[in-house]
Amino acid sequence: MNDKPIEKITTKIWRETPEIDNPFAAADCYCCGYDVYGDLLKNASYIDYLYLLFRQVPPTPEQSALLEGLAIALTNPGPRDHSVRAAMSAGVGGSTHASALIAALTVGAGNLGGAREVFHALAYWQQCQNRLADWQQLITDPPQLEREDVWPPMEHAPGFDPNGVSCPTPVRKTLEHLVAVGKTTSLTWLHQHRLELEGFAGCPLAFSGVAAAALYDLAFLPEEAEMMFLLLRLPGAAIHSLEQEKLGWRKYPFFADGFKLNP
Amino acid sequence: MPVHSKLETFEDNWRTSMGGWSPEGKVVLRGRDVFQELKSNSWMEYLLFATTGKESPKIARLMEGMWVICTSFPDPRIWNNRVSALAGTARSTGALAAAASVAVTEATIYGLKPIKGATDFLYRADKRLNDGEALEQIVQSELKQFRSVYGYGRPLVSGDERVEPMMEFARSIDCGEGRFIKLAFAVAEYLSKSRLKYQINIAAVCAGLLADEGLTPMDFYHMATLAFTAGAMPCFIDALNQQEGCFFPLRTSRLNYTGGEQVKHWRV
Repeated sequence: MNDKPIEKITTKIWRETPEIDNPFAAADCYCCGYDVYGDLLKNASYIDYLYLLFRQVPPTPEQSALLEGLAIALTNPGPRDHSVRAAMSAGVGGSTHASALIAALTVGAGNLGGAREVFHALAYWQQCQNRLADWQQLITDPPQLEREDVWPPMEHAPGFDPNGVSCPTPVRKTLEHLVAVGKTTSLTWLHQHRLELEGFAGCPLAFSGVAAAALYDLAFLPEEAEMMFLLLRLPGAAIHSLEQEKLGWRKYPFFADGFKLNP
Repeated sequence: MPVHSKLETFEDNWRTSMGGWSPEGKVVLRGRDVFQELKSNSWMEYLLFATTGKESPKIARLMEGMWVICTSFPDPRIWNNRVSALAGTARSTGALAAAASVAVTEATIYGLKPIKGATDFLYRADKRLNDGEALEQIVQSELKQFRSVYGYGRPLVSGDERVEPMMEFARSIDCGEGRFIKLAFAVAEYLSKSRLKYQINIAAVCAGLLADEGLTPMDFYHMATLAFTAGAMPCFIDALNQQEGCFFPLRTSRLNYTGGEQVKHWRV
């Protein structure tokens, strides 16, 4: 008899009881104390369950409305977005559907408009909160990489679009809506001081900046915000990829004349 | 209103010296005709040239030895390989398994972060030595700032069985005597006598060997990205060939729940 302790998965999120006839199948599943299939399934909205998973407590109605608004705003970045283009590139070639989402995650993970930008922007919120002078200091003198990382260094102020001209209407409308439904301090402050912050950054606020402020107000940590941003933007990538798969590569830009090899 | 986006210049206009394909049937890589000038290269030589612009059968051979000796253990318990084994047992595809394993290899306690980090550390340490600092001071400040030194210490076991075979292979192709590999072992010597007792791991050895060949942290990182696939793929195949779902199944009692026992009720 082997009396070494059995290796287990430690979790404070999930508890299961076994089926009577099968120890490898769960009869009851509890998420943070809530019966998933006996209670949440009937009574919770999807967005509330999502919040519960990340924060381990149920959201207030305002928090729920804030996350719901953010989820709708982010769910389809549209077919010109880098991450959706990645998914469509899988689609037109007839690649596996999982590869389309892997492609969207990979491209949508980055420092430019992606989840890593949200990570950095949320860290900026943690550091500066509602202090305009601190934002100015951090944006004009950003932290330097102390040793090599696998991530490239940021090339612009996180949460802002270095290629933007003015803050786009969807970003402004999303910010206004989230301020109205969430009534939270950081989003409200961002709404009031957007122009000053854009002045420090030298470019307009982006969706990543709104997402970071919203998730900071929902008490997300940078890594939690990074994950949530990755998740929330996948539906658009999925459906645009499927659409292009049906249409095929002939109807999808190849940039035949746009590629110029230097002599 | 005038259009003044920075992006306008780049519309249908991607200029590159890296290479590409033309419909006339020519393929160019870094200014070289693939069919005329590179067709006899080994794949590793081609990858080295594509990734770093370096043309060196010696570095390619050294890198190939590293891939075999250091990065391709076919053990499905190792976390990146485990992803491929899980893909196999769950009947996913080989390419998805490999892609996920490669992505997961960008880890902190093994894989690509130590590979890049150890190379970066050796370059920084070498510069500081040249500036007159003592080795002890350099290592101590690294530990103080980051609480670790990439390339030293290892999860599960303290020693690294790959160090000796790798050095033996390196010496067989006239590597292993440069200043960076000597520095890597000098740091190991210092750390082994310190309170932490960290031993050198293979990341510092490979970093030292490749820094002596002029590879930068980015060069090594880019080259090593695919290095782990030869360990992951057999794990996928093995799990695919066995009964579906049988790779280390977990019964419900294998969850160690540490949250509160109280059952809560959702507000309606």
